[in-house]
Amino acid sequence: MEPIYLDYASTTPVDSRVIDKMKDCLSFDGNFGNAGSRSHSFGWKAEELIEESRLNVADLVNCDPREIIFTSGATESDNLALKGAAYFYQDKGKHIVTCKIEHKAVLDTCRQLEKEGFEVTYLETDEFGAVTPKQVKEAIREDTAIVSLMHLNNEIGVITDIAKIGEITREKGVLFHVDAAQSAGKIPIDLNELKVDLMSFSAHKIYGPKGIGALYIQRKPRVRLQALFHGGGQERGIRAGTLPTHQIVGMGECFKVAKQDMVSDYKKINSLKNRLYDGLKDMEEIYVNGDLEEGYPGIFNLSFNYVEGESLIMALKHIAVSSGSACTSASLEPSYVLRALGRPDELAHSSIRFSFGRFTTEKDIDFTIDLVKTSVHQLREISPLWEMYQDGVDISKIEWA
Amino acid sequence: MAYSNKVVEKFEKTLKDPEAASVGRWKPGDEDFDKVGTGIVGAPACGDVMKLQIKCEDQDGVKRIVDAKFKTYGCGSAIASSGQLIDMLKGKTLDEAKEICNKEIVDILELPPIKIHCSVLAEEAIKKAIIDFEDNDSHRKHNQ
Repeated sequence: MEPIYLDYASTTPVDSRVIDKMKDCLSFDGNFGNAGSRSHSFGWKAEELIEESRLNVADLVNCDPREIIFTSGATESDNLALKGAAYFYQDKGKHIVTCKIEHKAVLDTCRQLEKEGFEVTYLETDEFGAVTPKQVKEAIREDTAIVSLMHLNNEIGVITDIAKIGEITREKGVLFHVDAAQSAGKIPIDLNELKVDLMSFSAHKIYGPKGIGALYIQRKPRVRLQALFHGGGQERGIRAGTLPTHQIVGMGECFKVAKQDMVSDYKKINSLKNRLYDGLKDMEEIYVNGDLEEGYPGIFNLSFNYVEGESLIMALKHIAVSSGSACTSASLEPSYVLRALGRPDELAHSSIRFSFGRFTTEKDIDFTIDLVKTSVHQLREISPLWEMYQDGVDISKIEWA
Repeated sequence: MAYSNKVVEKFEKTLKDPEAASVGRWKPGDEDFDKVGTGIVGAPACGDVMKLQIKCEDQDGVKRIVDAKFKTYGCGSAIASSGQLIDMLKGKTLDEAKEICNKEIVDILELPPIKIHCSVLAEEAIKKAIIDFEDNDSHRKHNQ
């Protein structure tokens, strides 16, 4: 059988409504022109489609389309926002505030900036993964230039209170960048209300194509960035490079569909999550990672104690999920996100992330519940740690070689 | 991560029929427990723990492994490596078992470089189990 896809937080299939629009931008019969060609109708048509897409993106998050710059994805948007602002405003200060459970696109960019002489504060989170406005307020210094936080965490689904944090950064005159790769199109974002200066978006997390993203750059008050790519001056000189019409049209369309479907998608996903949780909650020694009540329901992270995550994924071969286990990563370290939450290493090794989306069915969830229960039972039967737990041995008291 | 068919096969067999794959334990109080040596290696924080038990008997003056059982917490290759080790152990004399090298497991299961530590763990487990058995055995003789 084809595996059931429960890894929507990693990427999503492209919606057929989106594919149809993209197809029209490729061939000789379609809009294949270069939006930079000002001298003929091929270029004008491409430009028209791109501006329509920019409007669709802006519409979902309630901003001015002139505030949207297309990039190759959220990773580039994060790089452009952080490096672009850090370089431009370095005379104001060289201090950046971020958090330990940010995506690597932000953390690695911060590491690079540290090498270049910037200073970065990495905030801790509480046990659910949340950063409080108070922590941000206390971390801001005279020389702080940027605060960068993610809206919705990709591993545990925790949501950051960007409205309150934006009040603080605005009051202190510090730029606020939000990585919204996981949240746009899934939970409401109103940039007209939010005091956010820079926001990163991705298309492939919400049924659009890979390789395209956007950065929101606020106009009032105006935010300036130093460009990272230089060339033909596209995107008002902030991001040079021929605009990929089909990709941009795909992003515009998936943002448009997301606006139409957000409420119904959320409702459906919430009920799927409840169904999965209800089916599993009576199992012994399972732990929810993240905030069960307040988090985004489409990302559901559980640790199955005394079972190693990669072996569980192998046993769950009919469903596609991801794990915080070290064995699934190249680094041999268990999830840095779960460790930052204060989870012991063995629970981080035992974690599975289920993420659902538009095409997940109740039948998929019921199948998953049965398979997870059986597989966890089987693996515990062969686990020496489970045996010790059953014997009443406290594993944390053992001195392991 | 792509596994070799050998690892997948061994892993799935173990899950489906643990008893046939020699999953299990001998515990104090069991008949013949004095013939058992136990080796536990690895750590939960590192993502693998292997527990190996061997049962040995005197046959014509040499100690021979007549049975073995294991339990493993760890990735698919750690579980497959434990099972492979068990297959290699049964019927061997203790002296022969001491010669078992992780490389044999790597070759049989076609383990990729990143999973070699699973086979190392298996080698450590048998070495520890033998030491445990020999310790118990000398105590026993001492007490007789």
